Amino acid sequence: MAAKFKPGDKVRVRIGSPPRHFRTPQYIQGKTGSVAAVHGAFRNPESLAYGGDGLPKQFLYLVRFEQTQVWEQYSTSLQDTLFIDIYEHWLEPA
Amino acid sequence: MQEHEHDHAHDAHAPINDGHELTYYEKRVYAIQSLLIEKGLVTADEVRRAVEDMDSRTPALGAKVVARAWVDPAFKARLLADAKAAVAELGIDTGALSTLVAIENTDRVHNVVVCTLCSCYPRPILGLPPDWYKSLHYRSRVVVDPRGVLKEFGLELEQGAEVKVYDSTADMRYLVIPARPAGTDHMSEEELASLVTRDSMIGVTRARMPEK
Repeated sequence: MAAKFKPGDKVRVRIGSPPRHFRTPQYIQGKTGSVAAVHGAFRNPESLAYGGDGLPKQFLYLVRFEQTQVWEQYSTSLQDTLFIDIYEHWLEPA
Repeated sequence: MQEHEHDHAHDAHAPINDGHELTYYEKRVYAIQSLLIEKGLVTADEVRRAVEDMDSRTPALGAKVVARAWVDPAFKARLLADAKAAVAELGIDTGALSTLVAIENTDRVHNVVVCTLCSCYPRPILGLPPDWYKSLHYRSRVVVDPRGVLKEFGLELEQGAEVKVYDSTADMRYLVIPARPAGTDHMSEEELASLVTRDSMIGVTRARMPEK
């Protein structure tokens, strides 16, 4: 199994609020960032939360966002960034 | 009970009792624990040992790691590359913790850690998180206004610095390596460790300045 994205790739976070456990906060959904690191493959918490085996494992990425791209009101004179861990099935190419 | 000299007052404090009504989750935890013990899946001693181990974890462990990173550049490089393996070199077992990631603060870059979804925290190396770390207030505000929140903690960062917020939503646990304060060249590794506080390893402040 190979990771779908590599460091530097532009990615968009999928939008969704499935009626079950998920680990992708709504504030970051729909936002575009870039892959900062590939953490590796981990058991899927969306299955583990219900006693499942978490398989197949999902690749987990550290994704970097410009704060000004995440929040409309963020001061554009700042270089601040946000890093967040997102599982592969929540990401699409941007 | 044996008589003893009363050079202290016994009624100086409020009566000690923890007889509060159990909450729903406390009852549930006790019920599940009793069942697991009854069915022989865990023993009471195993539960006690796990609690004892958790209670023995304090920010002193993280401080030891940071102080070593300050004095030993090769160790710092290993810590940044694979923190779990590097802290094991110092005899710190991070056991069940899946992955530990060390992130370095410098003059130009300030990292601060949050878990917006719950309270993910590198417990094996910092102990239990402070209450404010778990508060909705901190979790919801530090992502959108990190500079404002840091200011409330007494830390004002210059405009040119890059503030990086780390939201640990998954299997990663982040440990901030605060910048080594100026004027500490003469200090021993042990003395340096005393400058490394819990909050500086979460990233809401800097390491303490040495006393003059």
